[in-house]
Amino acid sequence: MAGSDFSSADLLAFAGAVASGAVRVVDLTQTLAPEFPVIVLPPEFGQAAPFRVEEISRYDERGPGWYWNNFTMSEHTGTHFDAPIHWITGRDLPDASVDTIPPANFVAPACVIDVSRQCAEDADFTLNVAHLLAWEKEHGEIPKRSWVLLRTDWSKLPGRAYANMKEDGAHTPGPSPEAMKWLVEARDVHGFGTETIGTDHGQAFHFNPPHPAHRYIHGAGKYGLQCLCNLDQLPPKGAIIFSAPLKIRQGSGSPLRVLALVADE
Amino acid sequence: MRRRQSYKGVVAAAPITIPYERFSIHGAHWWIGRALRALAEQAHLKPADIDGFSVSSFTVGPDTAIGLTQHFGLSPRFLDHLPLGGASGVVGLRRAARAVQAGDADIVACVAADANHVDSFRRTLSTFSRFAQDAVYPYGSGGPNASFALITRDYMNRFGATREDFGRICVAQRENALAYPHALMKKKLTLDEYMGARAISDPIHLFDCVMPCAGAEAFLVCTEERARDLGLPFVNILSTIERHNAFMDDPIQYRGGWVVDLEEFYGLAEVKPEDVDLLQTYDDYPVISLMQIEDLGFCKKGEAAAFVRTRDLTYRGDFPHNTSGGQLSVGQAGAAGGYLGLVEAMRQLCGLAGANQVKEAEVALVSGFGMINYDRGLASAAALLAKAS
Amino acid sequence: MTEPLVRPKRKDPLKRTRLPLSPPGARSRTALGLATAAAQGRFMLQVCQDCAKTIYPPRDACPGCFAPAPPFCDVPDGGVLLAVTTIRTSTDAYYRERMPWRVGTVRLDCGPSVVAHVHGDCAEGDRVAMSLKLDRSGQAAAFALPARETPDMADDKQLREMTCDPKFRRALVTDGRTAVGQACAKALSEAGCTIVFVGIADAWKPFPGEEALRKTANVEIVPLDLTNSESVGDLAADIGGRVDIVVNTAEHVRPGGIMARKGLVVAREEMDVRYFGLMRLAQAFGPALRFRGADGVNSAAAFVNFLFVHALANWPEFGAYSATEAACLSASHSLRAELRPGGVKFINIFHGPLETEWFQPLPPPKVAPSALARSAVDALKRGLEDVFVGDIAQDIRERFLADPKTLEREL
Repeated sequence: MAGSDFSSADLLAFAGAVASGAVRVVDLTQTLAPEFPVIVLPPEFGQAAPFRVEEISRYDERGPGWYWNNFTMSEHTGTHFDAPIHWITGRDLPDASVDTIPPANFVAPACVIDVSRQCAEDADFTLNVAHLLAWEKEHGEIPKRSWVLLRTDWSKLPGRAYANMKEDGAHTPGPSPEAMKWLVEARDVHGFGTETIGTDHGQAFHFNPPHPAHRYIHGAGKYGLQCLCNLDQLPPKGAIIFSAPLKIRQGSGSPLRVLALVADE
Repeated sequence: MRRRQSYKGVVAAAPITIPYERFSIHGAHWWIGRALRALAEQAHLKPADIDGFSVSSFTVGPDTAIGLTQHFGLSPRFLDHLPLGGASGVVGLRRAARAVQAGDADIVACVAADANHVDSFRRTLSTFSRFAQDAVYPYGSGGPNASFALITRDYMNRFGATREDFGRICVAQRENALAYPHALMKKKLTLDEYMGARAISDPIHLFDCVMPCAGAEAFLVCTEERARDLGLPFVNILSTIERHNAFMDDPIQYRGGWVVDLEEFYGLAEVKPEDVDLLQTYDDYPVISLMQIEDLGFCKKGEAAAFVRTRDLTYRGDFPHNTSGGQLSVGQAGAAGGYLGLVEAMRQLCGLAGANQVKEAEVALVSGFGMINYDRGLASAAALLAKAS
Repeated sequence: MTEPLVRPKRKDPLKRTRLPLSPPGARSRTALGLATAAAQGRFMLQVCQDCAKTIYPPRDACPGCFAPAPPFCDVPDGGVLLAVTTIRTSTDAYYRERMPWRVGTVRLDCGPSVVAHVHGDCAEGDRVAMSLKLDRSGQAAAFALPARETPDMADDKQLREMTCDPKFRRALVTDGRTAVGQACAKALSEAGCTIVFVGIADAWKPFPGEEALRKTANVEIVPLDLTNSESVGDLAADIGGRVDIVVNTAEHVRPGGIMARKGLVVAREEMDVRYFGLMRLAQAFGPALRFRGADGVNSAAAFVNFLFVHALANWPEFGAYSATEAACLSASHSLRAELRPGGVKFINIFHGPLETEWFQPLPPPKVAPSALARSAVDALKRGLEDVFVGDIAQDIRERFLADPKTLEREL
């Protein structure tokens, strides 16, 4: 990208294209709201705090001319970014927390794998290498340093169906260990993004190895995005993702605004 | 126990009533001042001549008697403040009499006065006493009406008295009041009207209740010699008693402290109940008058209802009782209510009563009762007075 | 015979809500001992330790022997009703709008005569059972009840002023996910609540007992997350004016002392659910409760709060949790005072370990959620303020009253 054939005039032209609508900006972010589900771990583990907001003042006796809020949440609440340091497999990597990740890594292209049809029929849909190869057959090989975003349309489900918690845990779609290993090792992807609460399958605790998305992505210094929405508005290939987390010192991740830039052909 | 001594040579003089008002914008100090002025005018005294001062008032706060000395320019050598409600008059009299007798004072001005503002009654009730605050007022806040209703109910249950019996007292007193110029109640009352009145706190109905008002009563206590020198009307003091919180183990009050000292009371006076020409009972509620008629020896315990059925209680009658109309018809000016019967008895014995004058009144009995601190009146007192010989 | 209450009609929206007034609430310091007894539903009067005389009204010395400061002790509650009056005229604004009102003189078997409120089913000459109730000023009042239960006895107009009976009232159970919450919903429904709103946080998370809860008569599930001010405020905006009894069943029991915990995440959750949750509820529902304290048969009546008994004295095995509960206990005293002008009671139900998952490793005795719910309903029916449920709670209370420092060492 930093090649000498790209000039400031190109950047201005890009800005003009955004302004004119020739480049669409798609918001892939869920609204931060208290009722939005967060990941639930067994109760003896520490729990991620949901989004909460407390008014500081609202043109009232607490502040007559202004309105503002305090909010609290975990680093992994709402639409959020996972840094490599989030997982034990990435704990010793360099530049692996949100404050040290090179900023250029917050801009990258995306391949969107649409499995929404399968997911509508099977909440436990598991993404396999075969599905990825089938996608490549149609759209070409997944380029290096690309986000792979899994379109499940899960973001369109109401709360209870979205979390889909049963007595044996959550039933939400996600990748198999083989698929994740392949994406990281064979395709050297930039990161993996989902519409569900986590990058992993709802039953990934029972996979071998467990939680393959977290394990392989972060072990290789790659990134995760979850609780995305509007993936149905992206082309299979060619969208550019802007995803800059808050600069939290030693942060393992952060809620953020995820934007996709799409040039309609 | 040592015998009480006689009051020989000590008299009560110059009966004063400052006419009552239902509500008054004036404070208690104003009413006390008017009474002192009336006493001074009648006796031709200046403030400096009054060397004894006894006061009773519920509404004089935050002052007490000592503050009033400065307020009224008095420099007394005997000072008394008696918060004894209905017993204030008799107790004020007997203490002043002993002070004069012992040479502690020459002339004692005895004054009772209370203000009555629109909200005075409620305020007085809620802070009347610690027990009232803790254990009575929070129970429906009926005030003395409720407390005396319970005493009345029990008296009726115990002795078979009826509302008509109480009504006889009220009706007779109203008749007396019609002949007394300063009574607030000036409308004739029939027994039917009494019986048909609205209930206040069963069995207490409207005409069983006194009307709170503002007013003052006063008299002087001095030697007989001094009273004659000043040309004052006066009465002799034959005997007095006071007794407080008697019969504390009675579950509910049906008798008062007079019973304890009755023999000595008549003994010292050398009179018997049948020698009494007129009786002034403390009539905050008619049941208490019945109780006094019994406890002062006019009939046996429990027989007062039958007694009043066969007597004419008016000033013209064979048993003149509360001849000015009592508090039930004159009004209850706070602590002045405790003076009302005493001052009226003095007028009667001095022949100053006017239209309600009892003929040939020689001996009067005045009784006081007061301070329903919790469930019963604690203070009781009585005096036998005689026309100046 | 007590006239049974009639289920109140829906309120006329054109009618102004009658503002709550309080009966006279001034008391001497000594007389406050009666409130201590009434708060627990005990009948206690001063008994002289020197001459054994039972004393009433409260005094600073024994009138039998001048012994100072006679202590309050449990005494027999039997007596005879000597006289009754029906007050029809009162100088007090509270009583004035509640006329007529019956009071009477009761001669107690233990000695003193007591001027008391009198239940409609008691007549002169009857044997009565004397009780101490907290009236709407929050102060103790002697109340003569029939010696034996009579039909619809709780519906007596005067008695209902002193109690928070759930009959025909509308309750909010704040957390229906917990066993205690579900037991409370059932108990309140059975006690005659016309509606039991039951709060459920994170509706996307299923929970055990959901099915049965939804099927409980008069239960209406509402979204409520006590850790979320917005959620609490939203619900209050919807139903705040229709809730007469709030029962806070939120719990967040976690074992461990202070040092044993790594960081504050769990402690914050505890405080958020319990202490801040209580504050959120109070801020959102309290003002309407206080405002509606005299709003007819289904006037606002009570705020019920469950407290771990180690709010009184910290138990280091549940050290951080105990501290949170102590904060809630302290807040409850403020809230009690703040709700008092509305005549709304704040009821604390103290308990030891429960038969619930987070107390699972502890040995018995433990309190069943159903027993806790029963105690809450009983406290409402009797108008109590402090209830200690189960052997452990009673035991800790006894030890605490005996000497807090000794109890600290024992724990």
